[in-house]
Formats: sequence, C-alpha cells, structure tokens
Amino acid sequence: MLIIKNLHAEVEEKQILKGINLEVKAGEVHAIMGPNGSGKSSLASVLAGRESYQVTQGEVKFHGKDLLDMSPEDRAREGLFLAFQYPIEIPGVSNVNFLKTALAEIRQYRGLPPLEAKEFLKLSREKQKLVEFDAQLVNRSLNEGFSGGEKKRNEIFQLAMLEPSLAILDETDSGLDIDALRIVSQGVNKLRSKDNAFIIITHYQRLLEYIVPDFVHVLYNGRIVKSGTKDLALELEEKGYDWLKEEAREKAESI
Amino acid sequence: MNSPSEVTLYDEVINGFEKLANQASSDETSDLRRIRKQAFENFRQSGFPTIRNEDWKYTNLTRFLKDEYALNVPNLPVPTRLIDTARIADFDCYTIALVNGVWDKTLGSTLPQGVELLPMAEAKQDPAFAEWFTQNHNDRFFTALNTALFADGLFIRVKAAALPDKPLHIIHAYTAGTNLMVQPRHIWLVNERAELSIVESIVSEKGQTHIWVNSLTEIVMHRDAKLDHTTIQSAPANVRLVNHTTVRQKKQSLYNNYTFTLPGADLVRNDLQARLEEDHTETHLYGLYLAADRQLVDNHTLVDHQKPNCFSNELYKGVLLEQSTGVFNGKVYVHQDAQKTNAFQQNNNLVIGKKATIDSKPELEIYADDVKCSHGSTVGQFSEEALFYLRARGIGEAAAKALLINAFAFDVTEKIKHAAVETHINRLIGQHIPVTQ
Ligand SMILES: Nc1ncnc2c1ncn2[C@@H]1O[C@H](COP(=O)(O)OP(=O)(O)OP(=O)(O)O)[C@@H](O)[C@H]1O
Ligand SMILES: [Mg+2]
Repeated sequence: MLIIKNLHAEVEEKQILKGINLEVKAGEVHAIMGPNGSGKSSLASVLAGRESYQVTQGEVKFHGKDLLDMSPEDRAREGLFLAFQYPIEIPGVSNVNFLKTALAEIRQYRGLPPLEAKEFLKLSREKQKLVEFDAQLVNRSLNEGFSGGEKKRNEIFQLAMLEPSLAILDETDSGLDIDALRIVSQGVNKLRSKDNAFIIITHYQRLLEYIVPDFVHVLYNGRIVKSGTKDLALELEEKGYDWLKEEAREKAESI
Repeated sequence: MNSPSEVTLYDEVINGFEKLANQASSDETSDLRRIRKQAFENFRQSGFPTIRNEDWKYTNLTRFLKDEYALNVPNLPVPTRLIDTARIADFDCYTIALVNGVWDKTLGSTLPQGVELLPMAEAKQDPAFAEWFTQNHNDRFFTALNTALFADGLFIRVKAAALPDKPLHIIHAYTAGTNLMVQPRHIWLVNERAELSIVESIVSEKGQTHIWVNSLTEIVMHRDAKLDHTTIQSAPANVRLVNHTTVRQKKQSLYNNYTFTLPGADLVRNDLQARLEEDHTETHLYGLYLAADRQLVDNHTLVDHQKPNCFSNELYKGVLLEQSTGVFNGKVYVHQDAQKTNAFQQNNNLVIGKKATIDSKPELEIYADDVKCSHGSTVGQFSEEALFYLRARGIGEAAAKALLINAFAFDVTEKIKHAAVETHINRLIGQHIPVTQ
C-alpha cells in the first residue's frame, strides 16, 4: 500500500529526514516511536503534503501512485489520513459543514455522488457512537474551544467518517485521559480491517497494549534505526533510547 | 477641488441648477428653497472631493467623474424583472420598490400597520419634514449636492408604540438608458417605543450605462425606539454608490445597522453617522464588505457620543479579492459630557488578491475621563495552517478558501436576525467565491 524509499526531506534548509525506508501493507499496523525531535511528525507531514517541507531525495508510492507528486487534497482523496499531533482551531467553520464538504469532495473524486442529508446524518451518528464523540461538539465550530482531548477525539471521529485506507495517527494518545484512550483505541480497533493500514506515532507503550502493532520502528535523527515486533516497544519502555542512540552512533562511525 | 475643466459633472451641475431647482421646487416652501440655494452655493465652492480632503484621502474619484451624467430622472418602463432579482426567498416581509428613487406604488405588497409611508415629493408639506430635514450650513460635496438637487425619496413615520408584525423590505432599483446621476433623499422617523426592521436592497441592470447614486438618509430615533437597519449593496460594476446615512438617537433608543457590500459597483462610499444626542442609547454597527475586480469600497463611520451612558459597538470585516481596494475609517468621538461611555470598534480584513489593498484607520477622540473604549484593526491573509488542515481532509484549495472566507464573514452574517436574509447574503457571498487567486 505504502512504500517509502530513501526519503530525504528538509525544512527551512535544515535536513530532517535522512533516508527513511518503510513498507506498509494492507491490514498492517505499524508503530513509530523515537525521541523528541527525531522527525516523526515531519515524516507524517511530508506524507500528508505539508508545503513547508522539501523532499530532496527518495520516493513514496501509495497504492502504486507517486504520492509526492500529489496535492494534499488528492492524497486525502486517494485514502491517506493524518490525525494531527496539534489539531488547529478554525472558528466559523462548523464541524458538520467541514465534514460534509470533505466527504463530498472525496466521494466526487471517486466518482460517487454526495450523500443525501439523511444518509450523512445516519453515518455521522453511527461514527459518533463508535468513538463516543459528543453530538454537541459536532455542531460547533471546528475545534474552537475544544479541550485537548476533545480535539484528539475529533481527529478520530473524522477518521471514522472519511474511512481512509491509510491512517497516520500522530501522538493521538497524548493528552487523552485513561477512559478516552480506551475509547479511541477501541474505535481504531473496530475500524481495522484487512484492507486498511495504520501508522501509529506514539511515545507510550500503553497505547500499543490496546492497539497491538504488527511492527514497531524507532525513528532517530531522521532515520529508522531499529525495527521489530511489539516486544521492541516493551524493551524501549524498560531501557529508554540511549542504547539505540549509542548503536546508531557506532553504526554511523563504522561507515 | 476638482476644477470645472476637469470635471464634466461639475459643469453640468452648475449650469443645470437653475433649471433643476425650478422643476423641483415649484411646490416647495421658501425655507426649503433657501436651504437648497445655500447647499448649491456650498457645492459650487467645494466641488467634488479630491484626495487632498482628509475624508477622501484614499478614495480617488477622478476616474469616475470623467463621465457625463444626466441629472434628470428619465421616464422608463418599470424594471419588474430587476426588482424581482432583489427579492429574498422565504423572507416574510412587506415589500416596496423605489425606481430611481421614486416609490412605485404599483409594485408593492400591503403596508405594515402603524407605519406611514410617503414619497418625499409629497412629504415636503408635512410639518415633520420641516422639523427633521437637516440644514447644515457647512455641508459640502455630496451631501450639499443632494440637498440642492434631490427630487424624491421615501418618507417613513413609524407611529409611537407601533410594532409592525413583519420587516419592511425596500428595494431600490436603478435603471437608465443613458448615464444618470440620481439623488434620492429619505427621512425616516421612528417615534417613541416604536420598533421596526428595515432591509434595503440596492440593485441595477448590468450594462455600459453609468448610474451614480448619491443617496442621503436621515433617521431619527425617538425615545425607546428600536430600528434594525440592513443594507444589501449588490449593484453591478456600472454603478457608483455614494450613500450617506445620519442617525440621530434620542434617549434609550436602539439602532442596529448591518451593511453588506458585495462585488459589483465600481465605487461604493458609505458614510454612516450615529449621533447619540441623548443618554442611555445603544448602537451596533456591523459591516461586511466583499470586494472584487477593480472595485473601490470605502466605509466611513462616525459614532458621536454626545451624552452619558451610551453604548456603541462596531464590527466591520472586509475581504478584498482580485485588484480591489478597501477603505475603512471608523471615528469615535466622545464628548466631555459623555461620561460612562462604552464604545468598542473592530475592523478585520482578509486581503486575498495579490493586487488588493486596504487602508484601515480607527480614529478615537475622547474628551471624557470615565469611559471604556477600545478599538482594533487587523489585516491578514489566509492562515496557511488552516488551509493545510482543510486540504489534508480532501477539500480542494478553492473550496477550502471558500470555507475560510465564509468563516471570516460569519462573525458579521450571524448577527443578522432574519434567517432568510442571512441565507440570502450567504448565497450572494457564495456567488463570488471560490476564488482563483
Ligand atoms: N518549520 C521548521 N523549521 C525548523 N525546524 C523545524 C521545523 N519543523 C520541524 N523542525 C525540526 O525538525 C525536527 C523534527 O521535528 P518533528 O516535529 O518531526 O519531531 P518529532 O519526532 O515529531 O518530535 P516529538 O516527539 O516531540 O513530537 C525538530 O528538530 C524540529 O525542531
Ligand atoms: Mg511530533
């Protein structure tokens, strides 16, 4: 589904991604961990098409198409979804209206007519339930005055509504209380299928107890320095990142 | 001033005054005739304003004054279709239509109870006319011109304690075969404890013929009176609109103004002045201007706090597309007498066109010490973060921008009290976005 090869990217002439290789197949869940500032959000931004990042090398194929060649909206229409680490507030744009527009545009791209008002309402109710998202929030301005946790839940609500084939969750667990963490994870688990895939960026092993990943990768200094199974997350929880940083340094020196 | 040789219109006015004055004033009192003469004299001296006049610094009229205009309103068939374009779907209201400033009674619906309507041409004999028709010896420019030359308009008197069941929609339609300058003059009196909602729509036919509307409205709000006053300016590019409104507020009266200017008319100048002549009044001025093409939209407002314990709040928002120019000048004057004044003002602008500009200038003059006043002015572009967020959800760039423009305008449109009018205005806004640049 997603193939990243030797991806290099910079922002404001500063090299951030230094050769990322990653393949995500349908049905898989990949976790990406790594110390602060290692480039996790940057990777997500580059995949979603944030214009402040320049790709200097490498390629990304999404469903066989050149992802880097597409506008951010086309990437979303092709089935990519990024749950933002810091969702922004857009006063005056109602959540509902925004979702309706998004869904209609995605459907149009796929040659489908927009949903009837009734169908939309039904879908929206169903998904609200799935992620236990407060109906009141749906009718408010997009994220305006939402608490940190409500914003994160709204991201998952949108994810549920838009049904992407690849969802990237950037620290969706940060800022969630224990109940919300469980609800959001259960929501994600219900949305998991053999046809879609998830990339979950997180700092905490706890989330991975709920959403069990097939692979865990450690991103450090713009590279994936270690990959493993869910046990790697446990090991990191125990030992921290120092040993990996050390390894990475030795490796760099030996080259 | 613009010298006569540069400005054809000036010559026309000067040469034509005697003739026009004779036509209009055969049935006028000697007082009114004297006022007109004085106003004409004032205009003769001031001419049209130039950018050397502080109040017209950013609004250069030269390119508009080059055209020739007839000053006589022609006799043309009633533009029924044009008037229909101004109607507001699902708006439960009384409707009347003025064609080139003259009330056409054949087009209206029934009229609201407790509201007296008269053509200005007939109202001149009414004692209230003499009482409230303003004579200002220092008048210059367009207001002086209007006083000198006005022929007709609408006189409204809302009887004391009248509470009409529905709003009044006034459609101003302008139509002409050759270039025309019209000078509508209105006097609206809202008597004690009366309440009314007025929605004005200004429309004209698209074409090559230039129509210059120099309109003047005098509103008097008596004690405890309430007026909601909405203006929708959506005339096409061949129209030049100069619109002067003065509101005099008596004790505890409430005046709400909502001014919407949409792409079209190549020149729009609104002067809106609220004069708070007695205490405990309340005034809300909301404005939204969406300008496109080479349009010049200039809003000058004045809130004149003369007496204590008055509250005024102003919010104007502007979206400047393409090569348009916006001007906002908001003056708040608090007299020494006007203690316990609350006066707030905000002007926010979204400059989208690469060649679009805005000049925004709040002007506060405060001579009382126990007051709460604030003002703010912002000029910005689209938030890149917001655009990216929307696009990352599959919303195309144009649609994302449209959403953000609507969101920006929302602070003003949401203030409209009639849902049908709000929908109507949102639809008008929608016609001019998504934007391409
Ligand atoms: N616009 C920018 N200008 C300069 N540097 C930037 C910019 N955006 C990101 N960076 C830098 O890129 C590096 C990677 O940042 P990124 O946000 O991808 O880290 P992260 O792995 O997501 O960290 P965290 O775990 O704290 O979320 C950081 O050093 C950051 O300061
Ligand atoms: Mg991050």
